[in-house]
Amino acid sequence: MEVLVSLSLGLLSACGIYLMLRPTTFSVVLGLTLLSYAVNALIFFGARLKSTAPPLTIDGLSGQTDPLPQALVLTAIVIGFGMTAYLMALALKGKAESGTDHVDAGRDP
Amino acid sequence: MMAHLPILPVLIPLCAAVALLLATGASIAFKRALSLLAIAALVAAAVAQLVMADDGGIRVYRLGDWPAPYGIVLMLDRLAALMVALTSLLAVPVLLAAMSGTDTRGRHFHAFLQFQLMGLNGAFLTGDLFNLFVFFEILLLASYGLLVHGGGLRRARAGIAYVVLNLSGSALFLIALGLLYGFLGTLNMVDFGVALQKVAPADQGVVAVMCVLLVSVFLLKAAVLPIGFWLPSVYSAATLPVAALFVIMTKVGVYALLRVVTIGLLAAPFTAGLLQPWLTWLALGTIAVGSAGMLAAGSLSVVIANIVIVSGGTLLLAVAEPSAASISAALYYLVQTTVVTGALFVFADHLSRQRGEAADGFGDGPRLASYTNLGLAYLVLAVAACGAPPLSGFLGKIMMMQAMQPSLHPVLVWTALVLSGFVAALVLARAASVFFWEPGAPGIEERPDVPYRPAWGATAAIVIMLIAVLTVSFAAAPVSAYARAAAEQMLARDAYVSAVIGDPARIDRELRP
Repeated sequence: MEVLVSLSLGLLSACGIYLMLRPTTFSVVLGLTLLSYAVNALIFFGARLKSTAPPLTIDGLSGQTDPLPQALVLTAIVIGFGMTAYLMALALKGKAESGTDHVDAGRDP
Repeated sequence: MMAHLPILPVLIPLCAAVALLLATGASIAFKRALSLLAIAALVAAAVAQLVMADDGGIRVYRLGDWPAPYGIVLMLDRLAALMVALTSLLAVPVLLAAMSGTDTRGRHFHAFLQFQLMGLNGAFLTGDLFNLFVFFEILLLASYGLLVHGGGLRRARAGIAYVVLNLSGSALFLIALGLLYGFLGTLNMVDFGVALQKVAPADQGVVAVMCVLLVSVFLLKAAVLPIGFWLPSVYSAATLPVAALFVIMTKVGVYALLRVVTIGLLAAPFTAGLLQPWLTWLALGTIAVGSAGMLAAGSLSVVIANIVIVSGGTLLLAVAEPSAASISAALYYLVQTTVVTGALFVFADHLSRQRGEAADGFGDGPRLASYTNLGLAYLVLAVAACGAPPLSGFLGKIMMMQAMQPSLHPVLVWTALVLSGFVAALVLARAASVFFWEPGAPGIEERPDVPYRPAWGATAAIVIMLIAVLTVSFAAAPVSAYARAAAEQMLARDAYVSAVIGDPARIDRELRP
């Protein structure tokens, strides 16, 4: 299970970084989104992989999981979502003003 | 009321920003008055904090009254009070300069400004690493808005690069925090230092890597050599009053680094030497690149942006080898360089309006209307910026040189500081001849004068900045005494441990598999 999770996180990050290095803003945004998925999952797994372990204390039940990463990941998701939305708006504005989605548009030759 | 003082620098801008958003349709005069009122209240709160923190106590404000390390705390010590006061005082001339015209180019300028101040003050006051991330995001989101304020393709493009870079930085920050939490089980800054001492030898390698990842995020904000090339294009694309406020943003990176190093990394032997020797080399490289950037710059704002890069490199020289002497010198240098570069941006705003289309570029421009006054102001700022006696830049550099005497490469450090000062002097002198002497000189084409009457806000902003520069210069003794006390406080880690978490042995720590 651990190996599978690590491999999929690595694959997600690799795809994200590849897309971020592409020269169009749209792929950069997609890359950032993939990277943030990988990061969110990573924070979540910071509490270790456990099955059927509740994030709360219940009388008579031992082996809870750490609830804090779940709170952290919620914050990270909300912030990441807002930032991505802003970046999309900015990219659309850039495209509307320069007519192309290329990252170097509008730069002096 | 006094017990709630630590949170006021966050609450005041937050309330003002929300009120400004609700009053989107209101007249610009109302928004300006509200913004000015909020910043006046903020300055009062910041000064009260500065006085309060000077008794040497560490005040802990528990949000939601959850005890640390389980809940989030704000931590008011001398360093936090100094940084909050610096930010709040810088906000006054920034607002006044923006009020003389640029704030009408977009509807939400004042709300963004207040959110930015909230994020900055929160980042300086928080005692929790994840909360630091949240406040970083708040200040970044506001800065994205402020950067593209005014519109135009150049700002949109600079904005995209800046946002993408900072989103990648945030991803790195989260990776570092997630894994550090996974290994240490804490996010409280003070507890982070305590937990570092207990890391098993087998895990020390991974934890050290995570600490370097965390440090590299702060280095990105501080615009250090391989990851600092974003700064000149971003700062010169922003409207100039906004650029004056952005000066404090690189200092947030330096602050966070200083905080994490003194409170965390120095606590455990395996992380204490983590920044050595590579950070010194990167800082020296940053100074070299910034100096080259100054020589290549085609406008005053790019020159100032490169001065900001050089000052960031200078500060990191001290952070790389933390001691009471080097940190106190760095804190004085930080205060004076923030004031001086902020003042230069405000000055550039004033100047570029008088030059019409030539703006602040080094091309032929019209004769300036308020020639003598502007020239004198420029003289003071340029002398302070390049580090010539008798003003603050000189004192800051002398303190840095004295403090860096026992460093690894004192000769290199001294050479870098002196040469970067020479380059700044050369470039600023050339700028002066373009701006003040060439218009109207024989052989130079005459340009029509630009009709310009400075608004009272712009004049007031420059006067306030000049007074600030002269104060930092002539009141250097009390400022550096405060910096010294702050540095000694930061290095006395036990006081933080007992103030924030009491007895660390009493904390229930979960054993991780």
